[in-house]
Amino acid sequence: MNFFLLSLIKAAVVAFVLLTTLAYLQWVERKVIAHIQVRIGPSRVGPHGLLQPLADVIKLITKEDLIPPYVNKFLYLTAPFFAITMALLSISVIPFGGPIHIFGDSTWMQLTDLNIGILFVLAVSSVSVYGIALAGWASNNKYSLMGGLRSSAQMISYELPLSMAVAAPLLLANTLSLRQIVEHQSGYYLGFIPRWSIFQTPMPQIFSLIIFLIAAFAETNRIPFDLPEAENELVAGYHTEYSSMKFAAFFMAEYSNMVTVCAMTTTLFLGGWLPLWPASAGSNFVPAIVFLLAGAIALYHGLNPVRRRDGFTLPVVAVVFFLLAAVFLIPALQGALLPLFWFAAKTGALLFLFIWIRGTLPRFRYDQLMAFAWKFMFPVAVLNLLVTGLMVALFS
Amino acid sequence: MDVILFLIFAAIAVVCGINVVVQSHPISSAISLIGVMGSLAVLYLLLGAEFLAAAQVIVYAGAIMVLFVFVIMLLNAGAEIRHGRALLAQVLGIPLLFTFLGLMLYFVQHMFPGAADVHFGGFTHGTALDVGRALFTHYLLPFEVVSVLILIAILGAVVLAQKEME
Repeated sequence: MNFFLLSLIKAAVVAFVLLTTLAYLQWVERKVIAHIQVRIGPSRVGPHGLLQPLADVIKLITKEDLIPPYVNKFLYLTAPFFAITMALLSISVIPFGGPIHIFGDSTWMQLTDLNIGILFVLAVSSVSVYGIALAGWASNNKYSLMGGLRSSAQMISYELPLSMAVAAPLLLANTLSLRQIVEHQSGYYLGFIPRWSIFQTPMPQIFSLIIFLIAAFAETNRIPFDLPEAENELVAGYHTEYSSMKFAAFFMAEYSNMVTVCAMTTTLFLGGWLPLWPASAGSNFVPAIVFLLAGAIALYHGLNPVRRRDGFTLPVVAVVFFLLAAVFLIPALQGALLPLFWFAAKTGALLFLFIWIRGTLPRFRYDQLMAFAWKFMFPVAVLNLLVTGLMVALFS
Repeated sequence: MDVILFLIFAAIAVVCGINVVVQSHPISSAISLIGVMGSLAVLYLLLGAEFLAAAQVIVYAGAIMVLFVFVIMLLNAGAEIRHGRALLAQVLGIPLLFTFLGLMLYFVQHMFPGAADVHFGGFTHGTALDVGRALFTHYLLPFEVVSVLILIAILGAVVLAQKEME
């Protein structure tokens, strides 16, 4: 098959899956936050509110698109476009799985493997601050400007510990290509401990993982570091003056950045698409068992319905889960589906952590945020890098 | 393909460079400068220096220019007020520009007579591995001296910033 055609198909599939994920991530977030706060969350549009993302998209598209007077029109219009472009760009180097064979062609489950893959992601994330900063400035609004200023200062500050935390596992893997980083983490110690970066000798990268995650929360402007859009101080921060799809662009950019950061964490520290324990110990049956269990639970609750509609919706869900479990048992598809399952499971667990923390922690004060970045995160990240370098130099 | 891309991004770089000077608002000038940095990074990439391209975007477009934009936004600098240009600049500006360009061309051709033409794809030592090895073996002394110089600059900035506190 033609290289361009293949790349085009892969790009289309990744874009479709990513955009659907973004829409449903927002539904998941609202549901999880609701249950943390002992509420029900979206439940009116479709069963369990499952059609809520669709309703939100229709609402956002049909809303009045207002351009306030006295804005800098060119920058006001390009800023959301820039933000969403940069947010979607970095997914192109993330590897989702190993090589697959379709119609006699072999290709990798990754859009492109750059030999400067990590640097590409860092470059894109460092440029993406312009979308927010310029949106804040171009809106000609005090609150927006404050939001833009806060975000540029915050993202520059946390970029340093983030890059330092990325550098430490690179010392172990000895490459900048994301695919080779994952391949370097394959294998097991003692037959069952995976050789992921966080467990790898000579220096387990557990501290790097923690530093990376904290900095990632700040880079994606999530609670507890969501100062650029602190509602009780700045109305809505940098996107105060934006409405309709231009607001939606910022919204999608935030969620897209979250997905990218979680995918990066999975790739760098958690072994990417590699399974938790070796296939010889039965890791190939994990997805089927998980889906079977989920289906059984749904079926049980469907047969003993708490609400009247559960008697119909939950058995349908159960059948879907049983079908998924059956698909994961087909040997011909396992080669492609198992890596995808492990990658999605790890990334999804991290995304859940992001949402969980949003439901749990209060927001930092701005001076605390800056002091934390420069007086704690940065020195710890440097120390971690130095110790890792020393261990690698001594023992490998 | 390479030549077409080169022409496109070289043109963007030049247009953005002129725009930096022509624009009256500091933010517009700063954004044009980001355009120059970005297209320079693409030119590095075309020449096979991928590490340099990534470093260009991370350091210049992603860090230094963010600080520029940050300061302009913080001071909320307004549009520059244009005064009439001096007679000397009006008369001599463009002829002098072409004279200097001609001089530069002359010197480059006479100082490096044996220089070969640039071939896209001819240079393959731009990876992070090659750059790192060169920095820590062949150019170790300049590299370390520069890092000490930067340290001194940082200390100077800290001292200057702390003066008011005492």
